[in-house]
Amino acid sequence: MKAMNRRKFLKGSLLGGAAASVISKSRNADASATFGGYPEAMGVLVDLTRCVGCRSCEAACNKEQGLPDPSHPFDDLSVLDHERRTSEGAYTIVNRYEIPGQDHPLFRKIQCNHCNEPACLTSCFVKAYTKTPEGAVIYDPTVCVGCRTCMVACPFYVPAYSYSSVLNPVIKKCIFCYDTRLKFGRPPACVEACPREVLTFGKRQDLIKIGHQRIRNYPDLYEDHIYGENEVGGTSWMYLSSAPFEQVGFDTDLGTQPILSYVKEFLTVVPMVLTIWPALFAGFHLLATRKDAQKKEEKSEKS
Amino acid sequence: MEQIPKYLLSTVVALLLCFSLYDTNAAAGEGPDEVEIDSLAQLYDPVFFDHAMHEEVTDGNCAVCHHHTLGTEIEDENCMRCHAESGAADEITCQGCHSGKRFEAEYLNKIDADNTLYHRDKVGLKAAYHLRCMNCHAEMGVANGCQDCHTRTDAGDKFFHAGNYAPPESDKPAGGGH
Repeated sequence: MKAMNRRKFLKGSLLGGAAASVISKSRNADASATFGGYPEAMGVLVDLTRCVGCRSCEAACNKEQGLPDPSHPFDDLSVLDHERRTSEGAYTIVNRYEIPGQDHPLFRKIQCNHCNEPACLTSCFVKAYTKTPEGAVIYDPTVCVGCRTCMVACPFYVPAYSYSSVLNPVIKKCIFCYDTRLKFGRPPACVEACPREVLTFGKRQDLIKIGHQRIRNYPDLYEDHIYGENEVGGTSWMYLSSAPFEQVGFDTDLGTQPILSYVKEFLTVVPMVLTIWPALFAGFHLLATRKDAQKKEEKSEKS
Repeated sequence: MEQIPKYLLSTVVALLLCFSLYDTNAAAGEGPDEVEIDSLAQLYDPVFFDHAMHEEVTDGNCAVCHHHTLGTEIEDENCMRCHAESGAADEITCQGCHSGKRFEAEYLNKIDADNTLYHRDKVGLKAAYHLRCMNCHAEMGVANGCQDCHTRTDAGDKFFHAGNYAPPESDKPAGGGH
């Protein structure tokens, strides 16, 4: 008798699981249409073939964002000897890459790429992040609780943390100069400072066309790819390079799906597990033990 | 007397016309001797570009810097497709074509509104200078650092946190990280 019950129980739970997965699948189908970005979003096309690593963009960023004094002057190019990352004191940095078979290095500016569907935004449980229609991914430090989930979620390792702040450490990253410039239709400070127009500011849709046109005009110069056109669902900042992208420090294994789509399926099941399963299995339990309860009752009546 | 064939006559006339047209084009030696460039005046002192010296360096071939706008022979095949016979342009100065306000909304909207425009990806004035000058300087192996051409102002030192505004010497590698 007991074995029968267990079998029924397992069967039931399997059915329940199947039903749950069917529901989650159909929900998924609705949500799987990717956002693709705001149509009027601005962006920046970074052409690595033009960059000479002068670090003017870093200096401009420091001034515009009121960042702390740097440890080295911005005209000190010895800092390029080390590979650097963005930090609480530097929202953008330039790294140098020696390219095998080429007699001159390439330089790559790093900052927030301002994804169309940002992983930082979707991972943030206090909704500190916003993707603005202008294309910027901004954040509200007053609601940031410092959990640093966005730092883990970002496929580009961009958000930094103000570890130096004892009382109120928060996330720090490039905001596309949203507050002071982008909001008013002006380019970010780094773009304005760049002497060689490594950084082309414009509507993201136009920049994609411009990028492909450059590749078409100079096929021998450029890799036939715009990094960020499709990576992780597309980014507002995109790159052109004369060397294979993995040689310039890019992660070329990120795929074209927004990071969100990797966890969407799982995340839609979570509320179901938490709400439906307890009731469902409690019901199974009551059904399965009903006969025992009846027997007990009968027994007690007999005695 | 034998009559000159008509086609020969017209060819000669055409050739003469060509040469006379060519003569009206600005040629080497007719440009300014010196050009003051002061668009970065906040951070750097103006640059006095020695136009006459560069004419010598380029053997008087204006096209090295001025594209096809002086009516000289075009080498870039991309340009040739449209400009093989377009002759001298009205505008020959850098700023005549390359905007000093490349990324201002007004300029971007103007490009946006003009469906007939081919040169949508035309660099601004600052980039026109730097791409032309620096790429050539690199090729020629001559001085090519920022301050080889620009004398930085006090505001520039402040901007770069250099000179009087340099941070104290530090042994730590810059950048740090997270």
